[in-house]
Amino acid sequence: MSYHWNWSVFLQPAPSGDATYLDWMLSGLQVTVALSLAAWAMALILGALIGVLRTVPGKSIGRGAAAYVEVFRNIPLLAQLFIWYFVLPEILPGGTEFKQLNPMAQQFVAAMVCLGFFTSARVAEQVRAGIESLPRGQRAAALALGLTTPQTYRYVLLPMAFRIIVPPLTSEFLNIFKNSCVCSTIGLLELTAQGRQLVDYTAQPYESFIAVTLLYMAINAVVMLLMRELEKRARVPGHIGSR
Amino acid sequence: MISLRNVSKYYGDFRVLADCSTEVRKGEVIVVCGPSGSGKSTLIKCVNGLEPFQRGEIIVDGVSVGDRKTNLSRLRARVGMVFQHFELFPHMTVAENLVIAQTKVLGRRREEALAKGTKLLERVGLEDQADKYPGALSGGQQQRVAIARALCMDPICMLFDEPTSALDPEMINEVLDVMVQLAKDGMTMIVVTHEMGFARKVAQRVIFMDHGRIVEDDQTESFFRSPRSARARQFLSKILRD
Amino acid sequence: MYEYDWSSIPGALPFLAHGMRVSLEITAVAIVVGIVWGTMLAVLRLSSVKPLAWLAAGYVNLFRSVPLVMVLLWFFLIVPQFLQDLFNLGRATDTRLVSAMVGFALFEAAYYSEIIRAGIHSVGQGQIAAAHALGMTRGQALRLVVLPQAFRNMVPLLLTQAIILFQDTSLVYVSALADFFGAAYKVGERDGRIVELLLFAGAVYFVLCYAASRLVRRLQRRAAA
Repeated sequence: MSYHWNWSVFLQPAPSGDATYLDWMLSGLQVTVALSLAAWAMALILGALIGVLRTVPGKSIGRGAAAYVEVFRNIPLLAQLFIWYFVLPEILPGGTEFKQLNPMAQQFVAAMVCLGFFTSARVAEQVRAGIESLPRGQRAAALALGLTTPQTYRYVLLPMAFRIIVPPLTSEFLNIFKNSCVCSTIGLLELTAQGRQLVDYTAQPYESFIAVTLLYMAINAVVMLLMRELEKRARVPGHIGSR
Repeated sequence: MISLRNVSKYYGDFRVLADCSTEVRKGEVIVVCGPSGSGKSTLIKCVNGLEPFQRGEIIVDGVSVGDRKTNLSRLRARVGMVFQHFELFPHMTVAENLVIAQTKVLGRRREEALAKGTKLLERVGLEDQADKYPGALSGGQQQRVAIARALCMDPICMLFDEPTSALDPEMINEVLDVMVQLAKDGMTMIVVTHEMGFARKVAQRVIFMDHGRIVEDDQTESFFRSPRSARARQFLSKILRD
Repeated sequence: MYEYDWSSIPGALPFLAHGMRVSLEITAVAIVVGIVWGTMLAVLRLSSVKPLAWLAAGYVNLFRSVPLVMVLLWFFLIVPQFLQDLFNLGRATDTRLVSAMVGFALFEAAYYSEIIRAGIHSVGQGQIAAAHALGMTRGQALRLVVLPQAFRNMVPLLLTQAIILFQDTSLVYVSALADFFGAAYKVGERDGRIVELLLFAGAVYFVLCYAASRLVRRLQRRAAA
């Protein structure tokens, strides 16, 4: 086989404007990181809320929250993305306004909302598991001191639960970066999409794919290091589970 | 100060509490004992509304616990409770444990709350542990902190749910000593415990429960001298033998 | 207000059913190969031959840090070309289905190996000691004592992973292979009924995956009892 390796391809000027192919890659990386972080923030807030609702006394609230989790867990991410992007703007009020945004914004918003909801269901399960793993007496003790139920969650249950679930949350955080590349299917120019574009324009598939793959691995490594640091900081002295 | 009138509680069809009635006057110390599963923990958890009950009425300092309109948080803030497994908040230092409810529930300023906490830590003999996390303390120390935490709220009465039964034997006395002192200072207390020595020393009355019923409710002296029911006699002979 | 028109679905059912078969075939192959290869990886990671253990760990970490879509693109765009160049196959050969199966199997093996490794760790050291005390070799202890127990502990997790895998097969969309999702999208595009077809596809996935996850949960509860 005869393949002409040419790593300098990244420095060549891309067809659009005065950017190089390297600039394309970096802008793709930027979109991937921005999208993942925005969706992660959404997933954490929604996930904490739904996770809490699954543990509050009262059957109907718990059932509603459980249904939420099941819906987002049992439909493929790609199908959810297409539904957010192609279907909901057609059938929801406000869809017409959405379709008047510039395409890049539409893609980004749909991708963020999709990843945010998808991941929030997983975060919610972790939050619920974390809260349920706490001794039952913790809730009773907080209530007995006169804290209201929201205060009990805010000051006692959630701070402990989140400390316990740092490791599983880390893998969800990693997943959101990996899942973000599904969004290339609706035309969002994130890292994977830029990599494919590069293949189309340069006919140097190996260089491009190797670069994209390495960038994902780098993201993975950075997130892992950051979360390990967080885990160390969140450790509660003398508590079981802190090694 | 606390009165229970015909309190009954069910889990589905299963009756956990059956027609429980008693009165606790200000400054009184009541010990509640009985075999495990007799409903004694459930009974005192009804007093501050941690456990709901279906029938009867509980009045604490003029406030009806079972009434839907009652602000339970406000009531609980005035009723101290100490748990079997301490239930200090593990992610907060001892000082934070003492401060949190004072600031968030009573709206005290932080400095004021800290000063109060320090004073009560001194009272339970742990003033030098304020900056430690609960996990670094022994069981006995944790339980004393838990008592101090409840006292920080200036409670009108204190509920103890088997405060020494999760402790290693050598730590039981340090906790009981704090409780005896508290009783001598005139605190109204309901104590679920098997520590009969403690009951003899400070309790005015002993309540004996079995199968969700209050079987005996008697002056301490006469309870120990001549328990009326066979089950109480049996229970006492078992417990005093250990 | 959007006017729904579901009329293009009934006629497209055979095409959609074929798509579903493709999805299930990929899922089945990936599960079987993934579990076998994953078990080997998990055992290799416990190997006393260090380079082997490192290689296995490197494989697992590589696949776990790269997105599935990237892996699939490698297998759709790069590997076939590489093989064609290597074996001088005609350009026309459609390798997409095989590529998808291979890609999924190799990718899933990394995840399965982690589940299996955890399962192996869940079997107590005492069991291994007891096997050794009976005169078993390392390999025998693993094969006869540890793995059977490990698999029993892992069944729910393996099945849950299979449900995730089934959902993930929809990602073969990136190769324009007509699995169930791809088929639904194609029909929707052809008839201008993307809204209905996507909703239909989502509903089908939901019903299947929800039912399967309920089954797994019931199995889990029965195993615990």
